[in-house]
Amino acid sequence: MYRYDEFDRTLVEERVAQFRDQVSRRLSGELSEDEFKPLRLMNGVYLQLHAYMLRVAIPYGTLSSRQMRRLAHVARRYDRGYGHFTTRQNIQYNWPSLAELPDLLMDLADVEMHAIQTSGNCIRNVTADHFAGAAADEIEDPRIYAEIVRQWSSLHPEFSFLPRKFKIAVTGAPSDRAAIAVHDIGLRMVRNDAGEIGFEVMVGGGQGRTPMIAKTVRAFLPKQYLLSYLEAILRVYNQFGRRDNMFKARIKILVHEIGIEKFSGLVEEEWEQVRDELVDLPPGELERIRAYFRPPPFDPLPDVDQGFEAAKTATPAFAAWARSNLFPHRQPGYAIVNLSLKPVGGVPGDVSAEQMDAIADLADQYSFGEIRVTHEQNLILPHVRQEDLFALWQALEAQGLATANIGLVSDIIACPGMDYCALATARSIPVAQRISTRFAETERAHDIGDLKIKISGCINSCGHHHVGHIGILGVDKKGEEFYQITLGGDASEHAAIGGLIGPAFASDEVVDAVETIVETYLANRINGEHFLDTYRRVGPSPFKEKLYAAH
Amino acid sequence: MPLIKNGHVTTDPWITIPDDMPVPANGQVIVSLERWRADGAELKARGEPVGVRLSSSQLAPEIANDLSHLALIAIEFPSFRDGRAYSTARLLRQRYGFRGELRAVGNVLRDQFMFMHRCGFDAFEINKSDDAAAWHKAMCEISVWYQTAVDVRASVVRRRHYGVAAE
Repeated sequence: MYRYDEFDRTLVEERVAQFRDQVSRRLSGELSEDEFKPLRLMNGVYLQLHAYMLRVAIPYGTLSSRQMRRLAHVARRYDRGYGHFTTRQNIQYNWPSLAELPDLLMDLADVEMHAIQTSGNCIRNVTADHFAGAAADEIEDPRIYAEIVRQWSSLHPEFSFLPRKFKIAVTGAPSDRAAIAVHDIGLRMVRNDAGEIGFEVMVGGGQGRTPMIAKTVRAFLPKQYLLSYLEAILRVYNQFGRRDNMFKARIKILVHEIGIEKFSGLVEEEWEQVRDELVDLPPGELERIRAYFRPPPFDPLPDVDQGFEAAKTATPAFAAWARSNLFPHRQPGYAIVNLSLKPVGGVPGDVSAEQMDAIADLADQYSFGEIRVTHEQNLILPHVRQEDLFALWQALEAQGLATANIGLVSDIIACPGMDYCALATARSIPVAQRISTRFAETERAHDIGDLKIKISGCINSCGHHHVGHIGILGVDKKGEEFYQITLGGDASEHAAIGGLIGPAFASDEVVDAVETIVETYLANRINGEHFLDTYRRVGPSPFKEKLYAAH
Repeated sequence: MPLIKNGHVTTDPWITIPDDMPVPANGQVIVSLERWRADGAELKARGEPVGVRLSSSQLAPEIANDLSHLALIAIEFPSFRDGRAYSTARLLRQRYGFRGELRAVGNVLRDQFMFMHRCGFDAFEINKSDDAAAWHKAMCEISVWYQTAVDVRASVVRRRHYGVAAE
């Protein structure tokens, strides 16, 4: 993992002191709420329905056990004993008081964490593949470059007041687990014909009210030019992105309005000049950062652990968990373990302080002290020996973190919705809870197979409904909550925006509607197809017929 | 309205002339880009320093060919949220080599002084007198910068690898 040096540490501490001063000016009345707003937003502080909310950055979703323990401490000391992991690999606290925020941030700074640029119209916390450093299909660890981007984007003097927020995601593998196609910039590591490693640079993806899949602006960028190329893109956006209408201010609208060829031309022209301006890193800095992401000291192990195989045979519940919650590791004898934060009837992404402490201990015991946060609101222990899996599973069971549902119907992404969020038009969490309760039975969920349900409580789409296989969007109709359903969305390397299936459903109809969709899929599926395969083959008609037959 | 130039509150020797007012015979004047384009020859013939005020949507290339005639460029922040002027300032300094006064005008607040300074502004028309008093604090609150910009502050990379001093 990356560790701060004196420079990184000084910056974060100075930023806390600066924010402390801004908070005291707000509390004394010297700053109006209107003037304070952009300052607090630059530091991840929102004013929500009931209280201030703090969003803490977890750069590229990597946490140490020590940091997780500190997050537990923050939940206890400053909040109501829990935190909420988000779709951008961050954690949110819903109940801190403004006066205590500077102390909270100082506690985080102690463990090399911060809330810098987790909101505001700036370059947000950079996200990456949550299997980084463990996935078998990886070309290079994307966190090396995500950390480089984190540093470059922090307090950038030119790009801190962009037309709108700006999100960058990086993947080092052909399988896209970081949803890069729905980011303002998506970076995918690729090899060219000469075998050199570089990036495919995609620009202009996003969700919100105008969902778009990112377009490739450059098929191969030699990796040493990453920062100058980003600087060129950001400069074009900062100058030409729309500022007259907040809803048309994201870079996707600029790319859409002027077209990818023209946009690409502007970027390339700018890049030709930027390349000579000391933006790119010297090789020594790249190597310095790379050294922090060296693999942990794995033991040489056989491919398959016999004890693990025997335990699956002996304990069906463990076998079911192993089937859905484990992923192959590049190192023989190891596995990537997903901790489900989606217990039946629970709040997606919520973790109690006690669970955080337990997870930290398990990470120390079984995974070299490393933890990952996924954009699907689950956690990962990335490097676990197969022979430890049964003991780990038992410990996770005791903490309620072993629901065998990763990637299945009850592994639902949901935004905070109207239970917390000031922007929401409907509730998301209770819908997720009701769906996961309806599909509580493990065997049934496993039979249904890969199915991603994503729920947003408003068109801002924090719950990623546009790229849900089944997407659910809460809307307000004359004071009543209704839910629109889209089908066929996909956040993977085959990214697609879901299509609206028909009129919205009332709150008490929406779970039945989801079940009808699932049953229709099962009735049409052939040869073990996944939901998306069937949907793509048969199209929306059978689903539409079943859903609206009675109407 | 206090003016900070090179770190000190100073009296402003410049007069901004609205487009509908005649340009006086003497004195350093700041005019709009439109007026500069229309009356550039007359303004040069006065033999007095001339400055041009850019709106936030008037970008660096629009004035790049005129820099040798100008002693000052003022760039407007209609709201501190409009960050185009950062790119304009940086390009005027770095790419087009402007060495005259680069003045931030409009909604110029203390919490953005540092960003402006790093992008090449050396003069600031400030709305709040408290903000003028906070200038020096705003300049030293943060001592670590990851990016190379157009001020003298060295980037972290240069300090890490080449032992360069902070300033």
